[in-house]
Amino acid sequence: MAAAKAEQGQRPGPGFGPRPGGGPGQRHHGAMAKPQSAGKALKRILAYMKGERLLLILVFLAIIASSAAGVAGTYFLKPLINEYIVPFIGKENPDLSGFAGVLFLMGSIYLVGALSTYAYSRLMINIATGTLYRIRRDLFTHMEKLPVSYFDNHTHGELMSHFTNDTDTLREMMSQGFPQLISSSITVFGAFVMMLYLSPLLTLLVVVMLFVMLVLVTGIGKRISAYFKRQQEALGKVNGYVEEMIEGQKVVKVFSHEAVVTKGFEELNLELCKAASSANTFANILMPVMSNLSYILYAIIAASGAAMAISGRMDLGTIASFLQYTRSFSHPVTMMAQLFNSVLNALAGAERIFRLIDEQPENDDGDVILVNCPDPTGMWAWKRPNENGAFDYIRLRGDVRFENVTFSYDGEKNVLEDVSFYAKPGQKIALVGSTGAGKTTITNLLNRFYDITRGRIIYDGIPLDRMSKNDLRLSLGMVLQDTHLFTGTVMENIRYGNICASNEDVIKAAKLANAHSFIKHLPEG
Amino acid sequence: MIKKLIPFLGEYRRYAVLAPLAIVCETILEVLIPFLMARIIDVGITSGNMDYVLTVGGMMAAMAVLALVFGAAAGRFAALAATGYAKNLRQSLFEKVQEFSFSNMDRFSTASLITRLTTDVTNTQNVVMLMLRMLVRAPIMLVCATGIAVYINTRLSLVFFVAVPVLAAGLSIIMSKAFPKFQIMLKHYDKLNKVVQENLAAIRVVKAYVREGFENDKFGEAAEQLRDSQRRAEKLVIFTMPLMQAVMYATMVCIVWFGGNMIIAGTMKPGELLGFLSYVTQILMSLMMVAMVFISIVISKASVTRILEVLGEEIDIRGSKKIKEDTCSVPDGSISFEDVSFNYGEEAENPVLSHIKLHIRSGETVGIIGGTGSGKSTLVHLIPRLYDVREGRVMLGGIDVRDYSLRELRDSVAIVLQNNVLFSGTIRQNLQWGDQAASDDEITEACIAAAAHDFITAFPQGYDTILGQGGVNLSGGQKQRLCIARALLKKPKVIILDDSTSAVDTNTDMKIRSALSKKLKGTTTIIIAQRIASVMDADKIIVMDDGKIDAVGTHEELLGTNLIYREVYESQQKGVA
Repeated sequence: MAAAKAEQGQRPGPGFGPRPGGGPGQRHHGAMAKPQSAGKALKRILAYMKGERLLLILVFLAIIASSAAGVAGTYFLKPLINEYIVPFIGKENPDLSGFAGVLFLMGSIYLVGALSTYAYSRLMINIATGTLYRIRRDLFTHMEKLPVSYFDNHTHGELMSHFTNDTDTLREMMSQGFPQLISSSITVFGAFVMMLYLSPLLTLLVVVMLFVMLVLVTGIGKRISAYFKRQQEALGKVNGYVEEMIEGQKVVKVFSHEAVVTKGFEELNLELCKAASSANTFANILMPVMSNLSYILYAIIAASGAAMAISGRMDLGTIASFLQYTRSFSHPVTMMAQLFNSVLNALAGAERIFRLIDEQPENDDGDVILVNCPDPTGMWAWKRPNENGAFDYIRLRGDVRFENVTFSYDGEKNVLEDVSFYAKPGQKIALVGSTGAGKTTITNLLNRFYDITRGRIIYDGIPLDRMSKNDLRLSLGMVLQDTHLFTGTVMENIRYGNICASNEDVIKAAKLANAHSFIKHLPEG
Repeated sequence: MIKKLIPFLGEYRRYAVLAPLAIVCETILEVLIPFLMARIIDVGITSGNMDYVLTVGGMMAAMAVLALVFGAAAGRFAALAATGYAKNLRQSLFEKVQEFSFSNMDRFSTASLITRLTTDVTNTQNVVMLMLRMLVRAPIMLVCATGIAVYINTRLSLVFFVAVPVLAAGLSIIMSKAFPKFQIMLKHYDKLNKVVQENLAAIRVVKAYVREGFENDKFGEAAEQLRDSQRRAEKLVIFTMPLMQAVMYATMVCIVWFGGNMIIAGTMKPGELLGFLSYVTQILMSLMMVAMVFISIVISKASVTRILEVLGEEIDIRGSKKIKEDTCSVPDGSISFEDVSFNYGEEAENPVLSHIKLHIRSGETVGIIGGTGSGKSTLVHLIPRLYDVREGRVMLGGIDVRDYSLRELRDSVAIVLQNNVLFSGTIRQNLQWGDQAASDDEITEACIAAAAHDFITAFPQGYDTILGQGGVNLSGGQKQRLCIARALLKKPKVIILDDSTSAVDTNTDMKIRSALSKKLKGTTTIIIAQRIASVMDADKIIVMDDGKIDAVGTHEELLGTNLIYREVYESQQKGVA
């Protein structure tokens, strides 16, 4: 029995039991990606499971136990029927103790199987959620360290999908995909071995049908992937169109363009419908086709087995066991093919995550740091290592000089050309200019969000690139062009500037910025 | 609730009927197959009748093939029905949103509308597809399989009447306990994503204030919370599989025991026992299917609710109810406000506009000045009925704006909004929003007046330059000028510029204004601006303060008589000279 989750949109769903009608084939995956190196990705994921590796071995054993129990239990039908039921037919007062004993054994094996299923699921929860937690934290911490240019070159959507899509598929792979793949494989392998043991001749028929099934699974599987890719593209187009039109809804109204816009949507909608119906058709027919192929096999086996029994070459117990094995076959076989693909897809997602984690962080090789000299003055100063191995202390005053600074964002067009100016401590310098003149760039450079290509920026007599970035930024107070506030109270947001600030300090600052009065007018101040 | 959505099946209704029908056929065939197998063993083998075995075997295989066909057909029909349904749903949602007035739009955020049109519709589609297949298959299989079991051996089938309720009860308990825990987990999931989103948008702020550590801790807390709530939820859910296995195996053991005894006693045949074992799987699986569908329906409830919210929204502003012949075209560009009051929300206290009385002659150039929040934009939004007044009335050309058809009204009033939105397509296509039939000369003329022609022709492809979403490759000032040109192409009776020259420097601003005054001689022009320099030459200037008109007059008059105006003027002049 395979368990797969009911996926809804972008959020994880409850992994309730077996999904009838098809597991991964039923899910709405996007274009299935293949990882560049599945092995490497797996190794890294394993590395995140440190400390829980022993548990992993236990999980593995439990999965084997669970599938093996199912396979073994089915075998019991043969001795039960052949030795404990048929021989007693018609007997008066038969001795049923042997029958009961073997049945008891069968039941116990099954019980062990069910318990093992619980065991590996339970162990897997802790392993999977723990690993995911560690990966998420790593992902976030590394993201925070990335230089501003990385965020310029990657869309928000892309970065968000690492946190949502990629981690979700990874979690699914760990808690369900991988265990099911193993258990399905064991079930199929075990059943096959047992069938061979029971009757090599009948197994031949099974092999032929298995071949047919595999061909169909891959064939349908390929079409599913192809059509889902097309569906994703069509969905992307619809998404983009809807976003544009809704963002610009007011313009649409002002120009009375509603009819035109709706017509445009109709076309894209139709395209999406066509792609979706093909994709879903193939996804839907997978299970019925596989399941009924297995019924065809069932019929053939029943007839052949009966024929062999009539000619005395087979007993009832063997037929019984064999038929049960046949029935338990088709589901795992289908699952294996699909699961394999989805595991690969998850690993590709993991690769994307690791790529971000491996990304070069903002390098900070500045060795000048900011210190607070508590006595006697409580002033702030730069602490710079000098040639003798000791430190120089330079007071923080706020003297900024740009000397022949040239800078370009993309390496081609210079946004700043040979810019020089100075700002003495306490001065108010205004930068004016038309759009695109480079004003915001100057502030970006001062913050060392980007580094200059030519010239020097000197801060309190120290070259900017010698300063530790964190300390440099601590010494600056920036009000950026795009206003960003965070979820939380007004107090918390203002305190962002100085976590140690007291409530009075926060209110004082608000008053200075002329914000206090409107804050007081808010319902909760 | 799903009932409300049934009408959207539309032309796909027959597929929605065919799919379940095919499934019924498939299921019945599948249920009969083990029965035939039992016959082969009990009749065929015992009587040594090869012909019987071959015939019945052939029948079984044929039935399986037929079941395959039905199953595949059902899959196709269900896909057609569900995706067609989704298409109709999406279309209706989109059309409804197009009918929305500004105030309707205000009630939903852009992001949530987009989600409703995409993710929520897809969720509903998937549930519909699942229902069309499983909701029919499961009960039929359950009933038929149990029925055949009863037919074969009534006493033994009692086992099922114990197993099924036990499994059903177990599943219900698990689901009801686990579900609220999943709700909590999803909340934590959303919270986590919110932290990430905020950091992505405000990374510069985080870096500038060196708050990476703080944000890391914030994230860590949220991630820990998610991990713990996920564990709590999953701990319950994992009982499903073992429960299913336990019930199934126990049932099988019981059947083998009791059935075995009956065979020995001669009241049952071995083949029948095998048949029974097959039905164990079929019956218990169908119960699981019901559980699955149930869960999916519950999960999708949120999506369905959100869709119905949009569909059920009452449209605020509709065109005049008069028939086409009665509504007239706008005679001229005169505007009057008669004791107009307005508010965005429901509360009456502190209205955004109160008791506005204003008259503008056709062809006048009027400037509106006022602090942030004084009501300038709101005032002009009332003219093309982007919002409707609460009290009083707005007249255009001597007729209440509500008496015009929306089309007519908006064709005569052009407004260049504060957010300058352009769409994907060429520059020319964007400009043609003003007038689909505009000739190239008219387009060029409008662009020259808006001081846009020069920068357009500087692009290698000129007017055929393609703009990204939102007009991405242009600077703020360029976008504004294109929007002005687009409005000019409407050749309206009234043109309103809402702070439209804020992103251009004073020089370009002056160029635009002088070109406009030449081109728009007969057109009523309303200019909202922050800079007094932009409205200095207007025929009259309106000073607004806190939702009321403070004063009306020419530049010189206001300098002399109005305190607010004088203060603003002097503070803006300080930089000059």
